[in-house]
Amino acid sequence: MKILVPVKRAIDYNVKVRVKADNSGVDLTNAKMAINPFCEIAVEEAVRLKEKGIAEEVVVVSVGNKSCQEQIRTALALGADRGIQIDTDESLDSLQIAKLLAKVVEKEAPKMVILGKQSIDSDNNQTGQMLAALTNMPQGTFASQVEVDGDSVKVTREIDGGLQTIALTLPAVVTTDLRLNEPRYASLPNIMKAKRKPLDVMPASDFGVELTSNVKVIKVEAPAQRKGGVKVADVAELVDKLKNEAKVI
Amino acid sequence: MTVLVYAEHDNSQLKSETAKLVHAATKIGGDIHVLVAGSNCEGIASEAAKIDDVAKVLLVDNENFEHQLAENTADLLVEIGKDYSHILASASTTGKNFMPRVAALLDVAQLSDVIGVESDDTFVRPIYAGNAIATVQSSDSIKVLTVRASAFDAQATGNNAEIEKLDKGSEAKGVSFVGEELTESERPELGAAEIVISGGRGMQNGENFALLEGIADKLGAAIGASRAAVDAGFVPNDMQVGQTGKIVAPQLYIAVGISGAIQHLAGMKDSKVIVAINKDEEAPIFQVADYGLVGDLFDILPELEKSV
Repeated sequence: MKILVPVKRAIDYNVKVRVKADNSGVDLTNAKMAINPFCEIAVEEAVRLKEKGIAEEVVVVSVGNKSCQEQIRTALALGADRGIQIDTDESLDSLQIAKLLAKVVEKEAPKMVILGKQSIDSDNNQTGQMLAALTNMPQGTFASQVEVDGDSVKVTREIDGGLQTIALTLPAVVTTDLRLNEPRYASLPNIMKAKRKPLDVMPASDFGVELTSNVKVIKVEAPAQRKGGVKVADVAELVDKLKNEAKVI
Repeated sequence: MTVLVYAEHDNSQLKSETAKLVHAATKIGGDIHVLVAGSNCEGIASEAAKIDDVAKVLLVDNENFEHQLAENTADLLVEIGKDYSHILASASTTGKNFMPRVAALLDVAQLSDVIGVESDDTFVRPIYAGNAIATVQSSDSIKVLTVRASAFDAQATGNNAEIEKLDKGSEAKGVSFVGEELTESERPELGAAEIVISGGRGMQNGENFALLEGIADKLGAAIGASRAAVDAGFVPNDMQVGQTGKIVAPQLYIAVGISGAIQHLAGMKDSKVIVAINKDEEAPIFQVADYGLVGDLFDILPELEKSV
């Protein structure tokens, strides 16, 4: 079967972000960018399914300007077969991304779409669910285990009280949680090979999707800073402070 | 303008998030209806009817909603929700699962993890693991929001709202429930606890988390963990506090053997009082802690248990 893996170029998770002085957004100039960690897990899972002989082809897709080709190449170096860049300079909401991806699903007809559960920049946690809705597929979100069995997939999901297992009829959408797998590192020969793998560029305007959002960002601010606290000398002083100063115990 | 609030419950208990969501709904304005969808959940509807300012409780009691699978819950919300101006669900794993599906089917955007309501169309939400706070305005005809319950106080109770039963609900296609494995605990729920004590990699192994239990029991606290502790297999993942785990804002948060990575801080830095216990005095956790104690947790924890 064919697996489609959407990936996102996002700020590296170790970078401490800075809010722009004019409060229009976050300053990404010169910031280190990377493949969103949850997307990396999605690529790894798809590649593992290929290695098990369950998947024949892994197609990665990313929506963004030319720079996101870097992340598509990373995914190709990890073992994906070919890439698609949906070219746009607009910054899109999850809904528009999901609509674009739905068109790719229509064209590619994958048996499974594996996405990260959220991107660490917008923290939305929406795209997979929206894509499932638009393509009328069942969804297995926050997956920590994926087992394909013929025409269905068993997904163990991380839920608030513990774990839940559901069975989905393929084609289906799965979104990855952190504990699904440990992504591999790309080796230098694989990085070289990835340069020759096919990568199609398609302008987003060709997809017939309305790309304007109904959500307007009014301002982006830095969160309130916590005041630096005090160091206490011992347990007795700590308990005394908590009881008599902070009055929380 | 009428706001629909999806009640968070597990078929036996109405979760405390619901009253917090109703409080958020009062800031939007208009009438407030609460939807209780589940199986054998009449008791939950009566609990929801007690929340102040709720005008009506809609009860959909149908075995197809027992596990609140995203596919049929979303269809139900699309059918009922199209007559509302706002639809709110908790930013729990349940709400996060079905709400984007609802939004896509209604062809509107979804605003995730809302922590503030400025007006009926303007909302505040954290981005970049809480390192930036965005104020956003939506011009969609129906505003679909998931709400971070810990950012709102619980609405008082004492009301007696009307309960309307609706006969709805079809079986979800293409998905079936196989089973679940829930973590048993007698302590308060992590998301709702007044006091949380969390352990990190410094705990060294799962057995040592027992050192937190005595303190948690004495304080009536919930026990949490950092991602490092979960990944190392010390404790189950539903105890994880952070950007990818639970987001908590208790009165008191005690971080033990936790360095304070960005990812962890995203889940607890809105706690009222933060205590850090760590042997590394350079650990970033001390920059957000109100009270820091530098030392070996294996000496400190038993002493702390004796003195609280």
